[in-house]
Amino acid sequence: MEGRRFPRTVIGPKVRQVGFFAPAAPEPSSVEPDPVDSSSPPLLDSPVSNSLSPVMIPPPRHLSERTAAVPVPELGFRRQASGDFIHIGSYNPSVSLLGPLPAGSPSSRVGFGDGELSEESSTAGCFRRSSSGSFPGGGFDMSSLKHPENLVGDNFAMAGELEKPVGGPEKEEEVAKEALHDPLSCLELLKTKTKTTKVERRALQEAQRAAKAASKAEGGKVVAKSNRAAPAKYSKESLQRKGGPPAASPMSTDKKVSDHPFEKEKKKDMPPPRMQFDDKNRVEKAKRRAIVNQTEATNRVELFRHLPQYEYGNQLPDLQLKFFQLDSVHPAVLKVGSFYLAGDILGGNARCIAMLRAFQGAIKDYRTPCDKTLDRDLTAKISSYVSFFTQCRPLSISMGNAIRVLKSRIAKLPPSYSESEAKTTLCSDIDRFINEKIVLADKVIVGHAATKIRDGDIVLTYGSSCVVEMTLLHAFALGKQFRVVLVDSRPKIEGRSLLRRLVAKGLSCTYTHINAISYIMHEVTRVFLGASGVLSNGTVFSRVGTACVAMVAHAFRVPVLICCEAYKFHERVLLDSICSNELGDKEAVARVPGRMDLSSLDNWTSKDNMQILNLMYDATPSDYVSMIVTDYGMVPPTSVPAIVREYGREYSLI
Amino acid sequence: MPDVQPLVNGFLSQLKKRKIEGSQATAKQTAEVLRSVISQQRLPHTNQAGALIDAVRAVGEQLIAANPVEIAVGNIVRRVLHIIREEDLSLATDAIAGLGISAGSDDEDDVEQDDHPVLSAAAVAAAARSTLRPPSLQTLLEDMPDSAAVPHTSSSGGESEGKSRSDKGSRGRKLKHDVIEAVNDLIQDISTCHEQIAEQAVEHIHHNEVILTLGSSRTVLEFLCAAKEKKRSFRVFVVEGAPRYQGHVLAKDLAARGLQATVITDSAVFAMISRVNMVIVGAHAVMANGGVIAPVGLNMVALAAQRHAVPFVVLAGSHKLCPLYPHNPEVLLNELRSPSELLDFGEFSDCLDSASGAGSLHVVNPAFDYVPPKLVSLFITDTGGHNPSYMYRLIADYYSADDLVVKGRTTAGS
Repeated sequence: MEGRRFPRTVIGPKVRQVGFFAPAAPEPSSVEPDPVDSSSPPLLDSPVSNSLSPVMIPPPRHLSERTAAVPVPELGFRRQASGDFIHIGSYNPSVSLLGPLPAGSPSSRVGFGDGELSEESSTAGCFRRSSSGSFPGGGFDMSSLKHPENLVGDNFAMAGELEKPVGGPEKEEEVAKEALHDPLSCLELLKTKTKTTKVERRALQEAQRAAKAASKAEGGKVVAKSNRAAPAKYSKESLQRKGGPPAASPMSTDKKVSDHPFEKEKKKDMPPPRMQFDDKNRVEKAKRRAIVNQTEATNRVELFRHLPQYEYGNQLPDLQLKFFQLDSVHPAVLKVGSFYLAGDILGGNARCIAMLRAFQGAIKDYRTPCDKTLDRDLTAKISSYVSFFTQCRPLSISMGNAIRVLKSRIAKLPPSYSESEAKTTLCSDIDRFINEKIVLADKVIVGHAATKIRDGDIVLTYGSSCVVEMTLLHAFALGKQFRVVLVDSRPKIEGRSLLRRLVAKGLSCTYTHINAISYIMHEVTRVFLGASGVLSNGTVFSRVGTACVAMVAHAFRVPVLICCEAYKFHERVLLDSICSNELGDKEAVARVPGRMDLSSLDNWTSKDNMQILNLMYDATPSDYVSMIVTDYGMVPPTSVPAIVREYGREYSLI
Repeated sequence: MPDVQPLVNGFLSQLKKRKIEGSQATAKQTAEVLRSVISQQRLPHTNQAGALIDAVRAVGEQLIAANPVEIAVGNIVRRVLHIIREEDLSLATDAIAGLGISAGSDDEDDVEQDDHPVLSAAAVAAAARSTLRPPSLQTLLEDMPDSAAVPHTSSSGGESEGKSRSDKGSRGRKLKHDVIEAVNDLIQDISTCHEQIAEQAVEHIHHNEVILTLGSSRTVLEFLCAAKEKKRSFRVFVVEGAPRYQGHVLAKDLAARGLQATVITDSAVFAMISRVNMVIVGAHAVMANGGVIAPVGLNMVALAAQRHAVPFVVLAGSHKLCPLYPHNPEVLLNELRSPSELLDFGEFSDCLDSASGAGSLHVVNPAFDYVPPKLVSLFITDTGGHNPSYMYRLIADYYSADDLVVKGRTTAGS
């Protein structure tokens, strides 16, 4: 027992060699950070080589090594390996997980079979294409119109998904049926209606603005409130807007206001508040609009009333049943959404890439309705998809940022562009985003982080982060001698699949569970962790348990390195893990696979005073983090707001 | 002696196979085994206490070696040794006092009649000693060389030798009788200690409190339920305690008793601790420096509690108090359990032998954690609440300094 442990002098008791210390590099210049050096151009492949910044990192010492050796071999391995098993939790830059949309993807574990899905989606696509081809007015989404009459269009699209307006449901239904039989008349009808609507809307907008100015003058509190509420509503409610007199619904006016360019600019700096699920009215509203049927969980945890707590298991078949009714959702989006729902795509990067690919597919098939502008209608459409994704699973920070970039790209499209030009621009923009912000960024991070692994190190990682995995494999490929300690936790036992991959590659591993962290931390010399997002107060938002690992590492004076792409940085701040989080399936905690002897929690739902909490994320305080490895270099957590500030604008410029 | 051997062997094999779980059950069984050892032991006319001590020590050494991690065994062996010494001492002082007043006053039937004061003879003796010699540096200095310089067996033997001339037979039976009574008392104490701990619950738990606990401890369960019975309403977060999932059992029991129980995963400890008012846990053993040997994962909880300034309260019966100071307890007082609790059997079996190739795999599954005393806010034992820094003094009441090393003297001798 004693022999297992070696003296802790391996890393030197108190000397923390983090920051810009490069152990492998003998060059003296690399040892001390040189502030002057920081102005020289950094990585050649870095997308920001021309911008100067106070947080810029000194250029890499071994540029050639990094750019040349960055993980081409790993990619090859990953490509090869992905045929055998699914990469859950790690995205695969080279493998087209979701590239060709309806084609069979490696994730075949979804409820419906793969071939089945592709068939369905392709037929649905065909149906959509043909209908929109023969009848140009029928395919467009009329969700941005607000008059009750427009429910005709919505009914046409949704086949009775909505609740009927108060006026006369029968009549509307009839009109809708008529419209189905006679597309041309429907088109006529719609055209006239839209015109009147536009006039009305403009008048109303003016009136609202005047009212708002008045109220702002007197107090401004109400305005602030409605302003704050606007973006969330905007994104959530554009899919199926409730019909009704426009003057009576504040959200429609809000939406209009937020459409206004100036307001939008102002608001863009402020992150939209999340939906609070303890607000009964809004939950009710959201429920009525929801595509995915979520049943409220029994035995809800009191502390987390503000988060959605749903029963798991029945949504996926439900969603499949609705497959042919959901014309408002593009099949690619639907497919990715069902993957989210089934939990087949995990990890911030993988989810973000899947979402962007789905958007790409949707944009390719997009046709601008004849009486609308592309930017507005497409933004509304994207918003509707986003709200669908949110119903499947709450968005991650990475996805939120990517959506913001995409929307700003759409808004900034030159009006002179034709539809096809705009579509190709957007698609190539998405490609560039994926490539620069995720794939290349990961290569840079891997190059940086691998320099922090020295011979004889014992590297601890928690869960399964794709960047950390690539880092470990890269350092191994460089011939470094180190051992990996994999810490895992229930109920998602992510580490086991990572362990399988690492052991298959020949790395020496130690596997343990999170409770044993303070036992194993004695021998660890480095901790590498992934992150779902880094917030601007330096808090690292990541898979639950990361904070525990970082805390114990901090207590044992082991440096903690967070590997996170800069596109996951967010300007929000967070102090604890309670206010903003995601709750997972409770049954997953109650059931322990492979342990038949544990039956204490079998019928836990029947007990009133018994709850189970399955948190998905936690927030690691910044003082536990030694440094954050990003594509802009290695920075302390205090530099996160600077990066968000300096490069946040750049998202919209790429 | 041969009558006891099968009993001892049976207990030994149970300990070796780790069939007995929980320090309370182990402590109780150890005390019972030792009691039968004492009752079977034939006492010589001279140096009776020495003979008893030797017998108990011989068995105790085997028991400790059978499961060195189960500290309660060693604690009970030391307690029993201490009891023998105390009883011997009290008899000796009684004899001295009796010599002065009336020689035949303390014969056995007298003892049989009023066994009430005799039951707590050890306590009386301890009280007498402490009143005789109040704890001060002076007494400590006087005491230490005395007990250290003179080997105990000879000292007590010398005393008893001197006294036993007068009443050999009756005194031999009386010593044994008193010791067995005191051991019975000890067993009683062990089985009721959580009641005494639970009595203090109301002083520590207030209304609407949020409590976090880890592991499945009967003491914690009784403690929380005692507060519940006093009409305090509070909620409990139960950490599931991954490879053994004792938290599931505890949560079920708590819910069955009407408490609001919420099961959380081990990884969510840091996330939830900011909303917790108090951490109440059981312990596997409490060391003399105030450090705690506890179910695995507790150090993490203690660190998180310290970060958020949440009181970290350890409930421990007196049988868990160990008079030893830990050295490298994470390793030396730990036990590595089977990897099959973490990985499915056969899944990685080709990599598990490190000789096969470069990619070797170790699976680490420790059973215990060591929580250093600076992370503990309060110990609640059956004698009340104590600071970690006071533990050494509390322990001095239960153990005599000569027994700290049960093994050392005999191995040195043999």
